[in-house]
Amino acid sequence: MSASTKYEDKPLRIVGTRPLRPDGVDKVTGRARYAADYNLPGQLIGKVLRSPHAHARIRSIDVSAALALPGVKAVVTRDDFPDMPVEYAAAGELTINYRDVTRNMMAREKVLYDGHPVAAVAATSESAARAALKLIKVDYEVLPHVIDVREAMQPGAPLLHEEQYTAGVSPRPGQPSNIAKRIEFKLGDIEAGFRAADLVIEREFNTKPVHQGYIEPQACLASCTEDGQVELWTSTQGAFTYREQCARVLQMDVSRIRVTPTEIGGGFGGKNNIYSEPLAIALSRKTHRPVKMVMTREEVFRATGPTSGANIRIKMGCTRNGRITAAQAVLNFQSGAFPGSSVPMAAMCTFTRYDLENVHVVGHDVTVNRPKVAAYRAPGAPISVFGAESVIDEMAKKLGIDPIDFRLKNAATQGTQTYYGPKLGVIGYIETLERAKAHPHYSAPLAPGRGRGVSSGFWFNIGNETCSTLNIGEDGSVTLLMGTVDVAGGSRAAMAMMVAEELGIPMDKVKPVVADPSALGFNFVTAGSRGTFAGGMAAVVAARDAVEKLRRRAAKIREVPLEAVAWKDGRAQPAEGCGVQFAPMTLAEIAKVAGKTGGSIAGHAEINVQGAGPGFGVHIVDVDVDRETGLVKILRYTVLQDVGKAVHPAYVEGQLQGGAVQGIGWALNEEYVYGADGVLQNPGFLDYRVPVASDVPSIDTVIVEVPNPNHPYGVRGCGEVPIIPPMSAIANAIESATGVRLCDQPMSPPRVLQAIGKAAGAGN
Amino acid sequence: MARHHVTATVNGEAVEFLCETQQTLLEVLRDELRLTGTKEGCGTGDCGACSVTVDGRLLCSCLMLGVEAQGKAIRTIEGMAGGEKLHPLQRKFLEHAALQCGVCTPGILIAARSLLESNPDPSEAEVRYWLAGNLCRCTGYQKIVEAVLDAAREMRGA
Repeated sequence: MSASTKYEDKPLRIVGTRPLRPDGVDKVTGRARYAADYNLPGQLIGKVLRSPHAHARIRSIDVSAALALPGVKAVVTRDDFPDMPVEYAAAGELTINYRDVTRNMMAREKVLYDGHPVAAVAATSESAARAALKLIKVDYEVLPHVIDVREAMQPGAPLLHEEQYTAGVSPRPGQPSNIAKRIEFKLGDIEAGFRAADLVIEREFNTKPVHQGYIEPQACLASCTEDGQVELWTSTQGAFTYREQCARVLQMDVSRIRVTPTEIGGGFGGKNNIYSEPLAIALSRKTHRPVKMVMTREEVFRATGPTSGANIRIKMGCTRNGRITAAQAVLNFQSGAFPGSSVPMAAMCTFTRYDLENVHVVGHDVTVNRPKVAAYRAPGAPISVFGAESVIDEMAKKLGIDPIDFRLKNAATQGTQTYYGPKLGVIGYIETLERAKAHPHYSAPLAPGRGRGVSSGFWFNIGNETCSTLNIGEDGSVTLLMGTVDVAGGSRAAMAMMVAEELGIPMDKVKPVVADPSALGFNFVTAGSRGTFAGGMAAVVAARDAVEKLRRRAAKIREVPLEAVAWKDGRAQPAEGCGVQFAPMTLAEIAKVAGKTGGSIAGHAEINVQGAGPGFGVHIVDVDVDRETGLVKILRYTVLQDVGKAVHPAYVEGQLQGGAVQGIGWALNEEYVYGADGVLQNPGFLDYRVPVASDVPSIDTVIVEVPNPNHPYGVRGCGEVPIIPPMSAIANAIESATGVRLCDQPMSPPRVLQAIGKAAGAGN
Repeated sequence: MARHHVTATVNGEAVEFLCETQQTLLEVLRDELRLTGTKEGCGTGDCGACSVTVDGRLLCSCLMLGVEAQGKAIRTIEGMAGGEKLHPLQRKFLEHAALQCGVCTPGILIAARSLLESNPDPSEAEVRYWLAGNLCRCTGYQKIVEAVLDAAREMRGA
């Protein structure tokens, strides 16, 4: 195996081209099998009874009438699952605590949100299962609830967890609180920074929770044998982490649970954590029949995802020349019913785009009576950056400095000290800003009354545990087993391309397969934009391992020293200048005789991938604001992003476009609406309105490629950055069009009208 | 519970099935006929993932009862490719990278085919408004619109 996986600038045959995706034909013909498409003989249908209350103590649960209903085979409640101690584990960007995981999948002492599971039923039909849910009697003691993050932080607010004392505060507080944790990042001297400023701007922002909105609801099918062997088909971003989580809450060995990650109908961070899977396994364990559980869209909205809503305050100071002297943020994030929001990432991303001397960021992770938040594409960053990039826009405009120039004056570059720890390596923020400034969109004339906004975003990207196996078939075709789920971005295509590039064979000779966890060593969940970066690294390492073995085999067959054998253009041939001649052998020729010359050949990678390269994006947007209705129309949108290297540019463009449109929905339409009773009022796509095709214009993309020095092809990862800038870019464009700055998301017609009216009133 | 006996054609083939009164056409397609290419994204007619045509009319199969299919001609994604060849829309979706997770793709293809059958030369705006009943959360719609316009061009022989 080649020792180095550093970036090599070399001519490429396949990487950077646009072949058809290997999973494409299945997806355009209806063949692709998603979790809800799997069925087994004798299967039962499982359904979940959910809390109708935002907050209540469970006095008792009586399932006897439900069990007596014909067709009902089993019911599980809190009594069927062991309590779990506090134990933290990584699951995507967010950390989970098994004490809370077991309580979120099935309420124990209390229900903590509308939609919290209380019982689950398995029956011979969907209608019998639904009828059974109505027969379960739950005696609730309804408790006062709290939905708003600011209210939840007040002393005397209804407490979700009576034993929760704010962590990160010294000395330990004497009273329990909904503030689960306080985090803080400091760099330099924030007060000195404000003293050095000619201009100081402070603003407060509020955002609402939004849902990942994957079109495929969570679904799973579980089968448990009499001797405790489990098979599970599920829609997941991480088959290994789902296996681990199910094993922990059911107290089983991971090796007893075989998970098949099905085709996944979107995740965006929302399928990093188990929901119905352990319930389906537990119901199958009771009945020894397969149990299939498919969520309704209403259940998806009420009980999975969403991301945090937040209240944030940003204060920044700069010199009259536009150099930032101080950057301060307070971020109050709803975590939902259990602690563990994305506030740490939000805090780290708030100002990381800029080379700053004085920074102070405080974050609070706050429990409220809403579903436990899940990761959502660059978790937390769009929220805090909404505030920071709005204030930066305001500073630039007040000083009469072009907003891109303002960012260039402060832009982070290689060696910039972050306020959360590391110094930044090779990054492409300045290059991306310069490309934005030179883009025709930025200088295009703007009709009167319309506005243009700019914003930018940063995301870390991650590596982590990754394993892959590359099997050389007996005919020389190749199967790549990847354990990092292709969450739809096209990483199967990208990995097949990198493997074909390494082996020197056509891409259609490489079949990428998302393997189940019994086939490979541990793979971390596909999160943090790691799929093509880390999964690709493992694929390359496995391919290089295979090449090494192919060389050895050729040397053995041809009876020449190993050093005399080079691998080039898909074959073993005499190394240049080695002075040894032999007849070259193609991969297929070696494969054909492999069995008889020492056995099959496979390459392996069992690695923990390091060296992720941060990604930076800049968005430009033009809007028209209807002064009578408050409707904001997106007229033109351009995304520029440094992705390191676009292995398959069409799918990279797809990431940039899809992320931007999710961000547009976040900015303009989407929000969770709760009634005074703490019940979610819009758990459906009619009233929770994600962008449709006619809401958005063409999303133009510019791929910037500043290679990541720590990846053989320079890949950084690209999926998350594009959702970060839209909220602030659109707010900045609305300000440019109307002179009114919106600080509350979503910037829906009523809010825009109200803000315009308020500004006009103040003007009078 | 008494079940209803229904006969219909699906993708040109005669089918018969038994269904409960409240079962939707979508549930019948997926659970009784095992045609799982048609997807359920919401069950309330808001996402378009379950789009099919019934006697030529585009609709959400989650909003129609299985018993209402009696005597009707239903077309689903499974019948879109003809013989060994993909439909031009299917091919253009692949060429334009117009799909990612693919769960909305069957519904969008069915809807797009309906559009091109009634309007072979749609503008970009017409494509966007026609597909406004089909949610896609991955692509941002750009490449879908490009693929539909390119397929229309090819089907017109332009």
